[in-house]
Amino acid sequence: MHIDLSVKHVSKRFESFTAVDDVCFEVEKGKFFSILGPSGCGKTTLLRMIAGFEEPSEGNIFIGAQNMADIPPNRRPVNLIFQHLALFPMMNVAENIGFGLARRNESKAEIKKKVADILERVNLPGFDSKKIHQLSGGQKQRVAIARSLVLDPTVLLLDEPLGALDLKLREQMKIELKKLQEEVGTTFVYITHDQSEALVMSDHVAVMNEGRFEQIDRPQNLYSKPASPFVARFVGNNNRLPGTCVGYADGIAELKLTSGETIAAGTERQITPGAQAELFIRPESIIIEPAEELPELNRIQVMVSSILFDGANSQLLATSPALAEEFLISLPQNRQYEHICAGDRVEIGWDFRAGNCFTVP
Amino acid sequence: MKTLAEAKSKLPLFIFLTPILLWLILLIVLPHLDLLRMSFRIENDYGDMVWSVNNYLEFFREPIYWLTFTRTALYAIIVTFLTLCISLPVAFYITKVAPPKFKGFLSLLLLMPFWVSELVRIYGWMILLRESGVVNHFLLRWGVLRQPVEMLYNDVAMTMGLVYTSMLFMVVPLLSVLDSLDDSLIEAAFDLGSSMITIVWKIIIPHAMPGIASGSIVVFMLSLGNYLTPNLMGGKNSLWFTEQIYNQFIASFNWNQGSAFGFLLLIISSLIIFVGLKLTKQKLSGVIQ
Ligand SMILES: Nc1ncnc2c1ncn2[C@@H]1O[C@H](COP(=O)(O)OP(=O)(O)OP(=O)(O)O)[C@@H](O)[C@H]1O
Ligand SMILES: [Mg+2]
Repeated sequence: MHIDLSVKHVSKRFESFTAVDDVCFEVEKGKFFSILGPSGCGKTTLLRMIAGFEEPSEGNIFIGAQNMADIPPNRRPVNLIFQHLALFPMMNVAENIGFGLARRNESKAEIKKKVADILERVNLPGFDSKKIHQLSGGQKQRVAIARSLVLDPTVLLLDEPLGALDLKLREQMKIELKKLQEEVGTTFVYITHDQSEALVMSDHVAVMNEGRFEQIDRPQNLYSKPASPFVARFVGNNNRLPGTCVGYADGIAELKLTSGETIAAGTERQITPGAQAELFIRPESIIIEPAEELPELNRIQVMVSSILFDGANSQLLATSPALAEEFLISLPQNRQYEHICAGDRVEIGWDFRAGNCFTVP
Repeated sequence: MKTLAEAKSKLPLFIFLTPILLWLILLIVLPHLDLLRMSFRIENDYGDMVWSVNNYLEFFREPIYWLTFTRTALYAIIVTFLTLCISLPVAFYITKVAPPKFKGFLSLLLLMPFWVSELVRIYGWMILLRESGVVNHFLLRWGVLRQPVEMLYNDVAMTMGLVYTSMLFMVVPLLSVLDSLDDSLIEAAFDLGSSMITIVWKIIIPHAMPGIASGSIVVFMLSLGNYLTPNLMGGKNSLWFTEQIYNQFIASFNWNQGSAFGFLLLIISSLIIFVGLKLTKQKLSGVIQ
C-alpha cells in the first residue's frame, strides 16, 4: 500500500475564523477520494492548501513521502482543477493543454503527440484548434481535466468541477470521470457538495462540516452506518425522530417519544437510559401497511399529507402526533399502493434495527 | 414617405445629437477644413495666393524638419514604452495585490497630480531638478556631489517629464482591463508550473492587450502633440516637432506652412498607430471600448 497524499492535523485560520480545523486523512495511490460537505464548510480552503495556494496555520501535508511546506504551487506534483475551470481564453484548446508541458521545456513534437493522445482520452479528438469560447460546458470540463492530466500529476485535485453543468450532463460526466480515473489510475481528490457525485464516484468519502471531518468511510458505510447525526442527515434523505432513552440492550435502545409512545431504535453505540436521543430512519426502510404477522416492527398510525410523484423516486409525506417532524416515505410504483391518496390514514412500520440512533449532546 | 410616428420617434435622438454634432462641425471639422485648404496655398512671385503642394514638399526638402519629426516620433515611442513598463506593475499592484480597501485610495493617489495644471506640474519638476534646486541641495549636503549639476534641459529630463505626464492615461485603461482578469487564471498558470515571468508574458499581457493598445495610443498621441514639457524641460537642441509648427504659425507667421506640418503630424502619427495595431493584432474598435 502506497500513500500518495497524507494530510496531518492541518488547520487554517483567517484572523479569528477557523475555516479548516485539525483535519487528518490519507489517500492511497490510484484511489478516488471525495470530500463532501455543505457550502462554506472549508473544502476549497483545504484543497488550496494541498495545491499550495494557502499556507496551513498548523499541520503538515505530504505528497508521496515529501513534506510540502514551503514548496510553491508550480513545483508541487499536484494539479488543481478550479471551481470555474480557469481555462485560458487567449489560447486555443491545444495551447491550453500544452501549456504545462511547454513549461517543462518538452519538445514541440512531444507536446503535439501528448496533446493528441489526451484529447483522444477525453473524447475530444480533433478539437486542437478550437477556441475556448466555442466549446460547450461539458467540453470545457474535459479540456480542463485534460490540461491537468496530461502533466501526469501524483494527485489530481478537483474543486466541484461539475457544479456549473446542468443535471443531465452532470450525470453523464459523473460516470465518464469515474471511468477516466480508473483508466489513467491517477489519484483523485474530489470535492463536492453533491452527495450523489461523492457516493457514485468515490472509493472513500470524507464528510466535512464547519471545517472538521465528521467521518471518512466507504460510500456504502457512510449511507448505512453514519457516524454522527450530521452525516445521517447530510448523506441521503433521512427522517428524524427525537425522544428519551428509557432502556438499552443488545444494540437496541428503547425510545420514549414526546407523545408518550415507546419504540425500539437500532444503534451502533451504547446509549445510557435517561439520555436525550434521536433516531434516523431512511425513507426506503419504512414499510407502508405492513402485514400483521411481521415481527419486531415499530408501528405507527399516520395521515398522508401529500404524495410527491417522481417516477421511481416517488415519496409520500406523512404526519402524526407521534412524529415530531413530517416523515418522508418511499412509495414503490408497483401498483400496490395506488389506492393511497392525500388525507388517508395508513399504518407504517419499520424494523427495530432499521434506523440509527444517536445521543443528543 | 415617413409616418408621423416614425418622425416623432427620431425627434429625441435628434435633439440629443444636435449639440454634439454642432460641436464637432463648428469646432473641429470646419477649422480643420480651413487649415487643410490653407496648407495647399502658397504665395507666388507676384504676391498672389495659388494652389500648390509645395508646403508639403518643403517638409521633405529641409532635413531639419523631417529629422525633428523622426526624433519626436522616436521619443514619443520611447516615452510610450517606458510609461507602459512603469504602469503595468502599478496597475497590477492596485488591482491584484493591494488589499481591497486600499484600492480606491491608491487610484486617488495616482489621480492627485492631475488636479493641478500641466504647467504647475512641470514647474514643480523644475524646482526639484534645476541647478539650485531641491535635489541638488540635498545631494550637496549629503556629500554625494561637490558641484551642483544641471539636471534640467536634456533629453532624460524631458523623457521623464513626459512619462510622468502620461502615466495616468496608461494606468486607467490598464486598471480596468486587469480588473477583468480572473485571479484563478493566474493561479491556474502557476499551478501548471509557470514562473512569474511566464505568467506575465503568457497570461497577463495577452489579456491586457486591448488596454495596453488604447493606453499606448493615447500616450503616444499626447506625447507627440505635447508642447509644454519638451519646451520647458528639454534642452536647446532637443527640438520637438510641435515647436516647429508653433514657429511657423507664430514666429514666421507662415500659416500655410504651419497647417501643412499640422496635417503631416496627423497623417504620420495615424500611420504609426495603424502599424502598431497591426503588429499587435488589435482592432481599433476593440481598443476603444
Ligand atoms: N481569504 C479568506 N479570508 C477570510 N475568510 C475566508 C477566506 N477564504 C475563505 N474564507 C472563509 O472560509 C470558509 C470556507 O470557505 P471555502 O471557500 O473553503 O468553502 P467551500 O467549502 O469551498 O464552499 P463552496 O462549496 O461554497 O465552494 C468560508 O466561510 C469563507 O468565508
Ligand atoms: Mg469551494
